Amino acid sequence: MAPVATPFFFYLFAAIMVIGGIMVITRKNPVHSALALIVTLLAQASVYLMLYAPFVAGVQIILYAGGIMVLFLFVIMLVSIDRSIRERQFNSQWVVGLIAATALGGLFIAVYTKGTNIFPEHALSIVESDNTQQVATMLYGQYMFPFEIASLLLLVAIIGAVVMAKKRI
Amino acid sequence: MGQVVQYIRSYLSSDQTPGAAGNMFWALVYIMLVFGGLSVAVIAMNWLERKILAHMQVRLGPMRVGPHGLLQPIADAIKLLLKEDIMPAEADGVVFWMAPFIVVLAAFTVFVVVPFGPTHAITDMNIGILFMLGVSSLSVLGIVMAGWASNSHYPLIGALRSSAQMVSYEVAMGLAVVSAILMTSLNAEGTGTLSMIGIVQAQQAQGEWFIFKFFPLGLIAFFIFAVAMVAETNRAPFDLAEAESELTAGFHTEYSGFRWSLFFLAEYSAMIAVSSIAVTLWLGGWLRPFPNLLNSSTWDLVFSLFPGVTFLLFAAMCFYNAVRMPKHPLFRIQTIGLAGFGVVLGLIGLVLFLPAVSMRVQDIFWFAAKVAGFMYLYIWYRGTFPRYRFDQLMQMGWKVLLPMGLGVLILTAGVALLQQRIWHP
Repeated sequence: MAPVATPFFFYLFAAIMVIGGIMVITRKNPVHSALALIVTLLAQASVYLMLYAPFVAGVQIILYAGGIMVLFLFVIMLVSIDRSIRERQFNSQWVVGLIAATALGGLFIAVYTKGTNIFPEHALSIVESDNTQQVATMLYGQYMFPFEIASLLLLVAIIGAVVMAKKRI
Repeated sequence: MGQVVQYIRSYLSSDQTPGAAGNMFWALVYIMLVFGGLSVAVIAMNWLERKILAHMQVRLGPMRVGPHGLLQPIADAIKLLLKEDIMPAEADGVVFWMAPFIVVLAAFTVFVVVPFGPTHAITDMNIGILFMLGVSSLSVLGIVMAGWASNSHYPLIGALRSSAQMVSYEVAMGLAVVSAILMTSLNAEGTGTLSMIGIVQAQQAQGEWFIFKFFPLGLIAFFIFAVAMVAETNRAPFDLAEAESELTAGFHTEYSGFRWSLFFLAEYSAMIAVSSIAVTLWLGGWLRPFPNLLNSSTWDLVFSLFPGVTFLLFAAMCFYNAVRMPKHPLFRIQTIGLAGFGVVLGLIGLVLFLPAVSMRVQDIFWFAAKVAGFMYLYIWYRGTFPRYRFDQLMQMGWKVLLPMGLGVLILTAGVALLQQRIWHP
């Protein structure tokens, strides 16, 4: 079977992601921004699929596009749109922005030129058929401790949110 | 030319889904078939729902358009297509325009992985069930967009209600699904699967539908899913998002004509989609009843007659009602039409008796029959249950179904571990 992961699709999804990202920060209406962010996240899921990581792509769709973004929209829809449209959109921090952009751009260029040393090339083995199983063995075998730490962190965040939101428990 | 024929024929000898075989032509054919079948099913559901609800309430239901109202859905479709498409002046144009398409896309895309048979699926994904849950959860985005973009109070409240409802019931639903997926790992290698075809094959290998596995754990998980799936599709008794008595029509109040019919189409195909998840995970998918207990060739033959017999029964019903039609000359066309419909159904039934055909469509028949059972349940719920209040709905989701789901998941994992470690070391 011919691989679907052709450069054409990579550039297509990358373009969608970049355009979506630009729209997130340039739209005045917050709901439009959120919708653009959803488009970006879905294109990102497609790129995961192209990297033969279907499990990550599925989780990306369920958690980000289907779960978190719905909650985002939920909150944004209750905000007065009229007032938020009249607010100033950019805070003109040109100096800080320029420094940050230069640093990030420099990092990208450095990785692009010397990348082969930092990230050694691997021959891509197509493991799509048991990708989920491999993720599971990695997560619950080799990386059990970090995984549990991360879930503990999330639990603390949940309890913190409840404590902060509720006056009387 | 020869190459093309060769390409088309090469799939027929392979024992795979078109997606796995990488055959574009047959994948397209399957997509067309699924799309066509789904549209017919939605049309049939439209008629059946009105008819069954009417009979439950001791009414006749649609009787005027065609014999026993059989042509009513077609008349409705024409009416909807010809209606004026209204967009409120204050609506957010782009979002209002996009919302119905997102809902329809989400509802139809999930059928890419639905396994109608071991080879009768468009494709089989390694993350099949995850894909189905993920993509069907995207439909809530369309609902939220529709409600917000209408720029009106009732749709906004409807959209808020439905998104809150869908997000909360997704949690319980996910837990029930995980406990079923855990059961697929009870084999020699100890690795489960998320692929829809793999899940059914695991039930076949273990000789047990997952609804009966670890009784009553499988049954409870199935029950949680069966409740959550009604809430997920915003159907009665959980249809708070479109509660007519409170919100006119909820999130699609401002929609009319073709756009409204897209919401309608999406609602019914989403119902079929979640029912097929339930059938795949707990009711053995395409497997016929008792594949292991009654596995002699005689029973194989008996069960292979079912599709044909079903259609012949439908045909017999048509003929019976054609005979009972009033003898007045005004009813002549209706009588002839009903008899003609009976003849068509009977011919389909006879074709299904051919061994070559019945072998190939048997799995599809059993899958469709199980899904049809769920569709009837949906109508039955709507006819009998009163609508929940919103706080009751949230209480049900978070305080009853979620703890139950967690408990079942932990117990299933424990029992599965025991079975693997102690009983079958």
